[in-house]
Amino acid sequence: MNAPLGALDRPNSYIGRSVSRPNAKRLLAGRGRYVTDLALPRMLHAAFLRSPYVHARIVSIDTEAARAMPGVRLVATGADLAALCTPWTGTLDHFKGMKSAPQHPLPLDEVTWSGQAVVAVVAESRAEAEDALGAIEIAFEDLPAVADLDAALRPDADRAANGAEDNLCFRARLDTGDVEDRFAAAAHVVEEEFRFGRHTAVTLEPRAILADWDASEGKLTVHHATQTPYQFQDLYSRHYGIPEANVRVIAPDIGGSFGMKLHVYHEDMAVIGLSMLCARPVKFVADRLESFVSDIHARDHRVRARMAVDASGEILAMDVDDATAIGAFSTYPRTSAVEGNQVIRLMGAPYRFRSYRAELSVVFQNKVQTSQYRAVGHPIACAVTERLVDMAAERLGLDPAEIRARNLIPDDAYPCDSPTGYKFEALSHQESLARLKALMDYDGLRAEQATLRARGVHRGIGIASFVEISNPSPAFYGIGGARISAQDGAVVSVTPSGEVRCAISVTEQGQGTETIVGQIVADQLGVPRERVRVTTGDTETTPHGGATWACRGAGIGGETALQAARRLRSNILSLAGTILQAKPADLDLRDGIVVEASSGSERIALSELARIAYFRSDTLPPDTSAQLTVAHHYAPQGYPFAFTNGIQGCHVELDAETGFVTILKHWVVEDCGRIINPLLVDEQIRGGVVQGLGAAFFEECRYDEDGQLTNGSLADYLVPMACEMPDIVVGHIETPTADTVLGAKGCGEAGTAASSAAALNAVNDAMRPFGASIAQLPMTPTRILAALGQF
Amino acid sequence: MTAPVAITLTVNGERLTRLAEPRETLADFLRRDLGLTGTHLGCEMGVCGACLVMLDGTPVHSCLSFAVQADGSAVETIEGLTESAAVTDLQQAFHERNALQCGFCTPGMLVTAQGLLARKASPSREEIRDALSGNYCRCTGYEAIVDAIETVARRRAASREELPA
Repeated sequence: MNAPLGALDRPNSYIGRSVSRPNAKRLLAGRGRYVTDLALPRMLHAAFLRSPYVHARIVSIDTEAARAMPGVRLVATGADLAALCTPWTGTLDHFKGMKSAPQHPLPLDEVTWSGQAVVAVVAESRAEAEDALGAIEIAFEDLPAVADLDAALRPDADRAANGAEDNLCFRARLDTGDVEDRFAAAAHVVEEEFRFGRHTAVTLEPRAILADWDASEGKLTVHHATQTPYQFQDLYSRHYGIPEANVRVIAPDIGGSFGMKLHVYHEDMAVIGLSMLCARPVKFVADRLESFVSDIHARDHRVRARMAVDASGEILAMDVDDATAIGAFSTYPRTSAVEGNQVIRLMGAPYRFRSYRAELSVVFQNKVQTSQYRAVGHPIACAVTERLVDMAAERLGLDPAEIRARNLIPDDAYPCDSPTGYKFEALSHQESLARLKALMDYDGLRAEQATLRARGVHRGIGIASFVEISNPSPAFYGIGGARISAQDGAVVSVTPSGEVRCAISVTEQGQGTETIVGQIVADQLGVPRERVRVTTGDTETTPHGGATWACRGAGIGGETALQAARRLRSNILSLAGTILQAKPADLDLRDGIVVEASSGSERIALSELARIAYFRSDTLPPDTSAQLTVAHHYAPQGYPFAFTNGIQGCHVELDAETGFVTILKHWVVEDCGRIINPLLVDEQIRGGVVQGLGAAFFEECRYDEDGQLTNGSLADYLVPMACEMPDIVVGHIETPTADTVLGAKGCGEAGTAASSAAALNAVNDAMRPFGASIAQLPMTPTRILAALGQF
Repeated sequence: MTAPVAITLTVNGERLTRLAEPRETLADFLRRDLGLTGTHLGCEMGVCGACLVMLDGTPVHSCLSFAVQADGSAVETIEGLTESAAVTDLQQAFHERNALQCGFCTPGMLVTAQGLLARKASPSREEIRDALSGNYCRCTGYEAIVDAIETVARRRAASREELPA
């Protein structure tokens, strides 16, 4: 541990302390300001006519009647917007051979999924805009739809997008070279074909954007419900040819994001152009039905995998084939290939084995685009690995906890790397396993399970170890040519009243970013937390940075705040030294007062020092430089990624008559490095677990064989409800990263990474007496009954 | 058919008369015409609970009601419940327990909690979870919300016992 942090017995020691979020009070009072709430003078509303066809050629569009409808100010087609906005391509340079066709805000001549926006209407009210949609005539010519993964890969397959060479977006292979030998020599080989359904974020606030083009200044202001305002400032600037400094993106309160709100959406890009064409503010809020056919979907993987073990239960090798079906285009700017790439690289990551082979196929089809959503790739890699480990244990007659104890990387083996090339600084898998067993009374549950089985009650216990990628360096996107920052920036100031402001580039979606940044700044400066005001989410008032995604808010944003605060503290003590004619090193800042470090006696209040600096600089020596504002940037160095780790346990009861599963309880032991605020970490974990349990049991975007989404409403798509979710017990181990002073790694994805894997193992454990197994998520009652041979 | 209709209702204790289109939902009326944006829209089909308001003292989905149906009624939104201090203890417990993240579901959660505790003073955790089944939350995983409501139920029960008979 780094000595100055984590000592909770000194004044202003906030790092490591559970404190409530100051900014939550306005949300509780109904005073949140979400983009959906905003109204600007002369604001217009956009609505989009969407394709009912899965794949079709646009023959003609007749908008004449719509233009004459009440309140309508503009009807725009793909050609109108293509005249303003350059096309985009969803590829990254470091994904060799990746391809995807250029995309426009609205299509020019072809629709490639059902629900794709085709024509925009802008009117005085949303209702009037929607009224006018009904008056637009589009003639479509139906084209063959690509809606099946295997069919898409056949050489004679129809193309998901016309003119494409084939339906393969990206292929990758990893091979340590010795896999066949390992399998040949193995005592046992277990294998399975897994299917992971499509699901989607269902943020409770849908996507929302309000673009305001001011032609007089040539300035674009966009109020955008996004995690990544800087990324969008860059994109709007470049695709619409507006100087970057003239583009301001403001992300106010955001009603959930989970990765979904950091991709370019066609409607959002169109709204910028619509505002330019109308020279008025234009707002678009996706309604829930639109969300289901336009928000990115995630997962949709078919994984064939096998694992070789020796007679003692040592894992020798894994061999994996992952095929994932995306949309007809790869998303922009982060692509639709990152999830598959992480799936094949995260396989087996907690374990010691060295022999690995994987093939990834990313396949186009005529469905909603897929891309990064919370815990990108982790749940798939984790579920495949952990299920195979359980299958190996069963084959060997070993307890699932015992086979993990034999194979998890020892806690004293670090630093080390994975056969897929990831480098691990320091993890705690073995300690996590021991802690989990104690936390859930693993042996007691096993004994209870045996007793209950004798009475016809079928409970299952599943455990799943995991790693989580965090604190990404430019290795994630920057090296692939994407203008997505790996660094963050902060401006920290002392105000004339001796209060502190911190404007920082990491953003807030409710996880508590502003709270932890405030804790870190107050802690490192030595001021009461109540005197620190943190602002985020506005490209005009905060420095450029990566913002919040992939688990980087605490690890990178937190370190940025820490380093900035330390520099400001040094400036404060230097100025205090000048004023007090003392050595700065003999002074300290405690609770907002400069004191003598040795005795703690008060010398000058920060408010008095600020008063002098701002209003009476004439009383300072002539060469004094009072720098009470510090701008500071920090980019991760050292390891390309930090990794966190942990393990989860799930306890379920299966009703073999109905196929219904009751989740009795769930446990998590996780090691996110330095914990800044235990209260917030626990709730990140719990929220993440429930999203993973949603994927395990409920959530699925179901398509028919023609490529039509059949459950695209919140009445049909099942989101986990309070009554179905268990209480979740969370335990912690702290192994700070030594790459930063703060030592934080992050916790945003950990819950989601492994909860579906633990649930999969638990359900299979419950099904063991029936000789049945399941390898498809979500595990719906129908699928469970089918697995049991009952349906 | 679409001509605006005059309606008179009491919103957060204030009696007002406005014109509303017959097709305008109560949610849109509150948010757009009155600027009461604490009432949120998550699904517009009565599933997610973000739009819940008190209508004559009972939680209702404002996305499923038309504004004209509220003519003559008394509506309380999160803004009114906050100003009247009716849910102060719930808000405080949610804050202490971090029973909200993005906050979009929170006004609806508070309305449901207030409705539940009016119906049943000391609900079990299972009863609280059942009562929240019409309120989706994507951030918290629900446990903190259940904890906060359970805490308030206990606190309210304790303060009732302290009252003189």
